[in-house]
Amino acid sequence: MSIRFGDPDRPNSYIGRTVPRPNAPRLAQGRGRYVDDLAPPRMVHVAFVRSPHAHARLGAVETAAARAVKGVLRVFTGAEIAAVCSPWVAVLAHLKGLKSPPQHALAVDRACWVGEPVAAVVAASRAAAEEGAALVDVAYEPLPAVTDMMSALDPETPVIHPDLGDNLAFRRLHHEGDVEAAFAGAHKVVAARFRTARHTGVTPEPRSILVDWNPAEGQLTAWHATQAPHMMQTVFAQHLAVPEARVRVICEDVGGSYGVKVHVYPDEMATAAIAKIMGRPVKFVADRLESFGSDIHARDHEISARLAVDADGRILAMDVDDWTAIGPYSVYPRTSAIEGNQVVNLCGGPYAFADYRAQTTVVFQNKTPTCQYRAVGHPIAVAITEGLVDMAAAELGMDPVEIRRRNFYADDAYPVTSPAKMRFEGLSHHASMDKLLTLMDLDALRADQAEARSRGVHRGLGFASFIELTNPSPFMYGIGGARISAQDGCTVRMDPDGSIVALSGVTEQGQGTEAMLSQVVAEGVGVRPEAVRVVTGDTQVTPYGGGTWASRGAGIGGEAALLSARALRGAILEVAAAMLQADAATLDIRDGVVVDAEGGAARLPLEELGRIVYFRGDTLPKGLPRELVQTRHFITSDYPFAFTNGVQASWLEVDVETGVVTLLKHWCVEDCGRVINPQLVDEQIRGGIVQGLGGALYEEIHYDADGQLLNGSMADYLVPMAAEMPDMVIGHVETPTRESMLGAKGAGEAGTAGAPAAVMNAINDALRPLGAQVTEMPFTPERILRALGALDD
Amino acid sequence: MTDMFPQQIDVALSVNGEAVEARVPAGRHLIDFLRLDLGLTGAHAGCEHGVCGACTVRVDGRSVRGCLMLAAQAHGAEVWTVEGLSETGEIADLQEAFVARNALQCGFCTPGMLVAAQELVASAPAPTREQIRERLSGNYCRCTGYEAIIDAVEAVAQARAGGAAR
Ligand code: FES
Ligand code: FES
Repeated sequence: MSIRFGDPDRPNSYIGRTVPRPNAPRLAQGRGRYVDDLAPPRMVHVAFVRSPHAHARLGAVETAAARAVKGVLRVFTGAEIAAVCSPWVAVLAHLKGLKSPPQHALAVDRACWVGEPVAAVVAASRAAAEEGAALVDVAYEPLPAVTDMMSALDPETPVIHPDLGDNLAFRRLHHEGDVEAAFAGAHKVVAARFRTARHTGVTPEPRSILVDWNPAEGQLTAWHATQAPHMMQTVFAQHLAVPEARVRVICEDVGGSYGVKVHVYPDEMATAAIAKIMGRPVKFVADRLESFGSDIHARDHEISARLAVDADGRILAMDVDDWTAIGPYSVYPRTSAIEGNQVVNLCGGPYAFADYRAQTTVVFQNKTPTCQYRAVGHPIAVAITEGLVDMAAAELGMDPVEIRRRNFYADDAYPVTSPAKMRFEGLSHHASMDKLLTLMDLDALRADQAEARSRGVHRGLGFASFIELTNPSPFMYGIGGARISAQDGCTVRMDPDGSIVALSGVTEQGQGTEAMLSQVVAEGVGVRPEAVRVVTGDTQVTPYGGGTWASRGAGIGGEAALLSARALRGAILEVAAAMLQADAATLDIRDGVVVDAEGGAARLPLEELGRIVYFRGDTLPKGLPRELVQTRHFITSDYPFAFTNGVQASWLEVDVETGVVTLLKHWCVEDCGRVINPQLVDEQIRGGIVQGLGGALYEEIHYDADGQLLNGSMADYLVPMAAEMPDMVIGHVETPTRESMLGAKGAGEAGTAGAPAAVMNAINDALRPLGAQVTEMPFTPERILRALGALDD
Repeated sequence: MTDMFPQQIDVALSVNGEAVEARVPAGRHLIDFLRLDLGLTGAHAGCEHGVCGACTVRVDGRSVRGCLMLAAQAHGAEVWTVEGLSETGEIADLQEAFVARNALQCGFCTPGMLVAAQELVASAPAPTREQIRERLSGNYCRCTGYEAIIDAVEAVAQARAGGAAR
C-alpha cells in the first residue's frame, strides 16, 4: 500500500509539512546536553602536547615538570598509548593505488604536521592538564617539511614517508571519448586555472569526547560529538580490542558537525585509550586554537581546466587536471582521496556531452590532514564547470542562462549516464532554471546593473547549476573495505498508552533529523507527530546504521522509519481486526484512533488497544501476533547514489576601489526529491549556502613555507557573520526517487555545492567590462584588486 | 613548582535572581564559573577568545562575553543566563519565534544569540534588518545562515512594538 503524497487532504498527512522540531524548545532554553556539559563522578581531563614542527623526529620526552604540577595525574607518550590502541591505515580497495602509512593515536617516533598530538597529560582539571602539557619537554629533531602542493612529486622534494616510495597518495585518470579530437575541432576553447583554498569547518562546539571504561564489566562508554556513532563503536572495538557489544557510543546534542565530526581523530582515540588504561572517565574538549590545527581541513585544490564548445554554444569536451594536497596521512576510515575523486566524478555534471578527461593527483604534505567536509568536492567541481561555462558564454557573446539551457540534459532524458560514468535516475535542470527565473526578475536586475554601471557602480549576477550526490550506497565506502554502513535502521514501538517511540540509526546534528523522523513515523503509523518520541545517537539502543553524512538522513534513515512505521501499523491493525472482528484491510489508523477506512468512523483508540495487548493479553485469541514493535532497515540498491540537482544565483556589488564584495541577494532552486519538511529543507539550504559563501569570500588557512599555521584563531580566520550575509530566496522542484516509498533525496549539501561558483561568476560578471577575472578563492579584496591591476607588487 | 595554583578570591553576586557566594581562582572566567561551578551549562564556551559570542550572558543589564570577564569581576553584579531568562519568561517570545522560524539548528549559538537579541530588541524598538544583522554580528552561527535568526528577531521586535502601541 502506498501513500498518496500528491493529496494534501489525505489522513495523517504529515510528510510534506512544516511541523515543529521536538528538540528545538529544549535547546532554545539552554537545556541542551553537549559533551562538555557532562561531568560524571571521578572524571579527569586530558590535554595534548602538540608538535610545533611540521616535520620532526621525536627524541626523549621529559615529563617530570608536568607531573609535578598540582592536579596532574599521568603523562602518556606515544609508545604507551600504542600498547593499548592499534594503529590504522586509511585506504579503500576501490580507490586503486591509494596509499597511506600506519597512523598512531599519539605520534610514536615522528611528528608530521604542526598540531599532531605527541603526548597527553591527564589531570583533575582542564587547567592543570593544560598547564602540565605546556611543561612536557619533547626533544624534536626537525626534518625538512613538504609544504608546496605542485612540487610535492618533484624528484628533489623530500619523501615524507620513505616506505611509501614517493609523496603520491593517489592518482586517478578518467578518460571518456576522444578529448583531443574534440578540442582540435572546437569552435572555441576556454581555459583557466582555478584554486580553492584550504579551509576548515569551525564547528561552533569544538570536537568533544568523554570516555569511560568500566573494567568490572569490560565496557567502554563514549559520549561523543560525532555524526556516526555506530562507525565509532566499530572503530573503538577494533582498535582498543573490545567486542562491539561492549562498546556504547552515545551522541546527545552536537554543536555543529558539517563533516568535521565524522572522522577518526588521533586525540579522540588517545582519550579512549587513556580511559581504558585509567579505568575512569576522561574528557577531551579541543580548545579553539588546537581545533584549527587538528580538525580536518579541506578543499586545498589547484586545477587547470578547459572546455570546448561549438558555434552554437554546445559543450563538446571538458579536460580537467586537479591537484590536491592532503597532509601527511589519509584520514581514517573514509580516506582523503574521496574529495579529488569527487572532482573527477562531478565535473560537467549537469551537461550532456561526450568527451571527458579528468585526473586528480593527491599528494602528501606536512600540514593538517584534509578530509570530507560538507559537500565534499562539489564546490570545487561546480566552480570549475560553471566558471568555464560562463567563460565560454562570454566568448560566444551568449547569455549565461541560454548556454546552460542548450547543454542541460533534457528533463525527460533520464535515466542517463554521464561521461564521468555517474548514473542519474531523474533530474530537473530545465525545470529548476525555469523556477529560478520566476523567483528572480532577471530583467529588473539587468536593468539595475546597467544603470549602476553608468554611475560607475559594478554589480554582477552569477549562475551556477549543479548536481549533488546523496543517499550513498556501499559503493561509496563499503566496497572498499571500510566498515561504514550505507544501510540504516529504525525500530518503532507502541507503548501501552498508544504513544510511539522511534529509535533510529541516523543522528541529529541540528538539521532536524528528529522532526523529520517524527513526521514520517506519525504518517506511517497514523498518529500525530507529537505522539512520537524519537531516540537517536545511542548505539546500545538504536538499530545499526551509518549516521549522518553525504545527505543520507532523510533518504535512507527516513525510508527505514517509514517502513518500520508501516510495519507497526500493520501489526496494530492485525490486533485491532481481531478485537473488532473486522477485516484489517477495512481499517485505518488516524490521529491515534483505529477507524473504518471508509467513512473514518472511530472504532478503537490505540490507548485501549495498548491496554489489552500489554495487560489483558488473555482476552486475545491464542497465537495472535502482538508485536507492537517493528524494525526495518533500508539500503538503496538500484543506483550507487541518488543524485539531486539545482541552480543558484548570486547578485552582488564589487567596490573596484577597495576590492570589497557586498552580497546583495542569493537564490537557490533545488530538487531533493520528496520534501518531507519544507522549512527544514529551506534552512539546510540557507545554512549550506552561507557555508559556501564563506569559502568563496573569506575562509583560507594560511601556512608559511615551513608548514607553520599562521591564522589558527577565530580572530584571524574569517567566517561569515550576520552583517555580511544576504537574504536568500529558496525554491523547489520535486523529482522523487523511485528507489523508495518516501522518494526523498538529500538536501544538506546543495547550498554549499553551488554558492562559491555563483559568487565567482557574479564577481566576474561585474568585472568583465573592466577586463578582469578572478578564479582563485577566496575572493579577497587583495585578489580582486590584483585582478583589476590595482595592485602589482 | 610550589604554588602553581592561583590565588583564590571570594565573590558574592546574584545569578538568575539567586544569591551566590563562592571562592574562585583569580583566573576563573565568568563562563567557566557559570558552567563548571554553578552547573549553568546553557551558555557555551566556543572560542574562549572573545570572537564567537556563544558565551554571551547578561551582566548588570548589558550583554557581555563570559570568556572575556573574570568571575572575580562579577563580584556584586547581577548576572542573567539563558536559564534564568527562560524561567522568568522574559525572552519567551524570542524563544518561541526562534523555534517557529527554525532559527536554531544545532542550538550551540542559541543561548548567546538570545541574550544578544534580547538586549537589541529591548533597546531599539523597531530595528531594521540591517540593524539586526549589525547588532548580532558578534555572534557566530555556522548552521542557519543567519536569515532565520534575523526573521525571528525582526518578528519579535515588531510584535513588541505593536503590543506597546496598543
Ligand atoms: S567563547 Fe566567548 S566569545 Fe567565544
Ligand atoms: S544553530 Fe548551530 S551554530 Fe547556530
